Amino acid sequence: MALPAPLLAVEGLTTEFRSEEGTVRAVDSVSFTLSSGEMLGIVGESGSGKSATSLSIMGLLPPRGRVIAGSVALGGTDLLTLGEAELCRVRGRRIAMIFQDPMTALNPYLRVGEQLVEGPMLHLGLGEREAERRAVALLDRVRIPDAQARLRSYPHELSGGMRQRVMIAMALLCDPELLIADEPTTALDVTVQAQILDLVAELRRERSLAILLITHDLGVVASTCERVLVMYAGRVVELAPARELFENPLHPYTAALTRSLPRLDAAPARRLEAIAGLPPRLDRGPFTECSFAPRCAHVHDACRVADPPLTAAGPGRLRRCVLPLSPP
Amino acid sequence: MTERALPSREVSRRPSARAWRRLEQNRLARVSLGIVALMTLACFLLPALLHLDPMTTHPAFRHQPPSAAHWFGTDGLGRDYAARVLMGGQTSLLVGLVATLTCVVIGVLYGAAAGYYGGKVDEVMMRFVDFLYGIPYMFLVILIMLMFSESARGNPLPVFVALGLVEWLTMARVVRGQVLTLREREFVLAARLLGAGDFRVIVRHIVPNVLGIVTVYATLTVPTVIILESFLSFLGLGLKLSWGQLVSEAVSVVNPIAFFWWLLAFPSGFLALTLLSLNVVGDGLRDAVDPRGQR
Amino acid sequence: MSAAEGLTVAAGVAVLGAVAWLPPRATRVLGALFGGLVAFAVGRAVWGVTGGVVAGLALAAVLGRYGPATVLRRLTFLVPSLLLLVFVTTLLMYHAPGSPFAGEKVASAQVEAALRAHFGIPHSAVEFFGIYLRRLLVEGSLGPSVKVQGRTVEALLAPALPVSLTLGLLALMLASAGGLLLGIHAGLKPSSWSDSVSTVLSALGLSLPSFVIGSVLMVVFSLQLHWFPVAGWGGFRQLVLPSVTLALPYAAYIARLARGGTIEVMNEDFIRTARAKGLSETAVVLRHALKGAILPVVSFLGPAAAGIMTGSFVVETLFGIPGMGQWFVRGAINRDYSVVLGTALVYATLVTAFNLAVDLAYAWLDPRIRSRP
Repeated sequence: MALPAPLLAVEGLTTEFRSEEGTVRAVDSVSFTLSSGEMLGIVGESGSGKSATSLSIMGLLPPRGRVIAGSVALGGTDLLTLGEAELCRVRGRRIAMIFQDPMTALNPYLRVGEQLVEGPMLHLGLGEREAERRAVALLDRVRIPDAQARLRSYPHELSGGMRQRVMIAMALLCDPELLIADEPTTALDVTVQAQILDLVAELRRERSLAILLITHDLGVVASTCERVLVMYAGRVVELAPARELFENPLHPYTAALTRSLPRLDAAPARRLEAIAGLPPRLDRGPFTECSFAPRCAHVHDACRVADPPLTAAGPGRLRRCVLPLSPP
Repeated sequence: MTERALPSREVSRRPSARAWRRLEQNRLARVSLGIVALMTLACFLLPALLHLDPMTTHPAFRHQPPSAAHWFGTDGLGRDYAARVLMGGQTSLLVGLVATLTCVVIGVLYGAAAGYYGGKVDEVMMRFVDFLYGIPYMFLVILIMLMFSESARGNPLPVFVALGLVEWLTMARVVRGQVLTLREREFVLAARLLGAGDFRVIVRHIVPNVLGIVTVYATLTVPTVIILESFLSFLGLGLKLSWGQLVSEAVSVVNPIAFFWWLLAFPSGFLALTLLSLNVVGDGLRDAVDPRGQR
Repeated sequence: MSAAEGLTVAAGVAVLGAVAWLPPRATRVLGALFGGLVAFAVGRAVWGVTGGVVAGLALAAVLGRYGPATVLRRLTFLVPSLLLLVFVTTLLMYHAPGSPFAGEKVASAQVEAALRAHFGIPHSAVEFFGIYLRRLLVEGSLGPSVKVQGRTVEALLAPALPVSLTLGLLALMLASAGGLLLGIHAGLKPSSWSDSVSTVLSALGLSLPSFVIGSVLMVVFSLQLHWFPVAGWGGFRQLVLPSVTLALPYAAYIARLARGGTIEVMNEDFIRTARAKGLSETAVVLRHALKGAILPVVSFLGPAAAGIMTGSFVVETLFGIPGMGQWFVRGAINRDYSVVLGTALVYATLVTAFNLAVDLAYAWLDPRIRSRP
């Protein structure tokens, strides 16, 4: 099964943030690949580094953040070596990004149409009329009723679900190859979530779009992604095809996460399992033991000796754990 | 956001402790506070200690530049300028203090009442404040000053009070806003659920949380009042001997032939230094209490 | 203060408060009416009675049909508050020690009574209020000046108004332009030179009263360097020092506001979205950030205009400029009731008009405000 060259190849990406209390290593040597038309989910709790990873790829880190190592190859070009002007040509055109809260992610002072046409006019050289026509066509596709009239609306006049659709349309207007979706459904109601996810899946099929879906919600990942990357304390702790990840998690953290999901078929009085403890601080320098050791139910002495490396654990599977490969 | 495991050295989470720490670290604010203290001491103690005399005229020594005999020189009537500047400082500083106190008392009472009772009471009270706000304050001040100007010759107290009366609006607004927010906070609700009555809630829960912001705005009101008084003195409507009035006199003798720089420099300099220091302290307090704040 | 006076003040405040509870229809009707009334008064002064009536009706119609809600609410507030202002000012003047006729060659009570009748200044504040209003609405006059023999207040103020307006508007423009440029630059690049400059400027602006700044400027630039004339009014060169003096504290504050607004906007999520779309940093700032950064400055323009107006008292006195400020101060000192009231009315109307314009500008900039009833 020869795979075509991956669209996106992230290798050893490491990002640090300066803070009052020291330097925080938010992303630590993260590597993964993404092929055209594939959907990869990045899962982790708050502070695991998943959003920082996506911002590092786009070059949108806040001023206190810096990528200090690694490479991000998009179709052969390392994005990290590009200057700002060149990056601007990549953003919105080859990689698009949608964010968590559509209310704050859209400019409240500008009309929807004005915000939509910016991309095509800039990247595709379209005139305003043409850009508007293209925008209306895409708004129709994302099922926004009365699209032509919506161009003149302001974001606050639309519902949450509609705003997120507008964001999706805005991201896809220039036909990007890769879409990064950072918690796209977190701010939405459950029913709207399902609609948005369906929409994204359809669009992916139609356009062979590669999608990086970042979320803390395992349920979302289970229903949509082909492969899943689990992050903890800024590093990758497990990588696996989605189905196998849920049926047979190989890292204690992943296992605990899957167990903590409420299930419809569980006994009603069963207590929800939470993971004891808190995530580790990231400003204390390199880890001298396994980062999950303080909270792991299966911790051994071997875990405290050194920080485990990422090792292969079967076809298409990686994990960061020194425990033997038996179901926990 | 990210929860961190608490390290062994405990970082205090209490807001007032963190505020103190921030204030301690603000060197500029501490230096300014020192300047204000020095200024106050100088103005109130030096004239008596050094037996300075602001009133006696010496026609022979008119418009003398600073010298060993007269540190700040003399004015148009030969009076010792150092004495006049320092005594003027007494007036200006006292104005600041008393007027601010008035303003705090009235503003806090009014604002707390409006905020605590809320609803229609609050709306009416605030409408009145809005109306007063709409009148450019200089009007109010001048007109109020007129009411007291005759008695000001003898007793300056009504003047101080009048100035404070104009500034209470901002304090009332700020306090009301704070009380409104506090009222809805969970700890007030918790206290009431536990059976605390109105009075207890106000005294034990609301007042301590309002103190911070009141202190900040009081510290920022003092320079405002001092400037107000100096404006009035400059226009000829104010108290007899104050920094503003001295500047006014200095300006009135400006002529192309001879420029008596000390007449303008000393009162202006003292005024500017005091106001600047007070503003820095006030800003420092505000940053300490709410580091993200811009208001 | 007598019971009648106290009650009238209380009634006035109650009316003001009641304006808050009016339903939207009533606000629209009243707002349009009051707007028309003001247009009538102004139109009448400029074009005569017919002109006034036409202006009043036209404005009332336009406002009733198209006026945005915020504007109409301000207008409904306007007339009651002007009335209250006049009444309270009258009260204050009446209760201030001294009277317009003290110190004159007033020998007997009859002479004083005659003088009072002539100028329309009875012994009671309430009566005066009535006379004043009647004279204003019926004759369209602000009354005779008590101290300047034979001249009406409007005759005295007419040449002074353009002077003050020019000075004020120039100062406002200087303050806004300077403050915005400095503040936005400081906000975009915190800790750069513009940040330090704006911090120092704010500190100076807040701690130096304008007469000190003005005096220093006058001494340095007029006396020592001879760049500008020392005082007076007439040519362009005489405008420079007074308007700069007046503008400086406000420029400092506006710079601070603009800086804060810029920093806040640049931290908003939609700026990140704009960057993610591939827009250059310049495009991001100009198209997306600017409006949000300017907003806090726009809302400050109302109080700034009021402040500049009152600041002009001092600046006009310092530089010997024949504007309305001088009249007000002189009138206050001399107990010239008509002059004081006249200037107060003109100022209050100007400030309200300006605040209205600011409201409209704000609604235009922030579309979220427009939809609110």
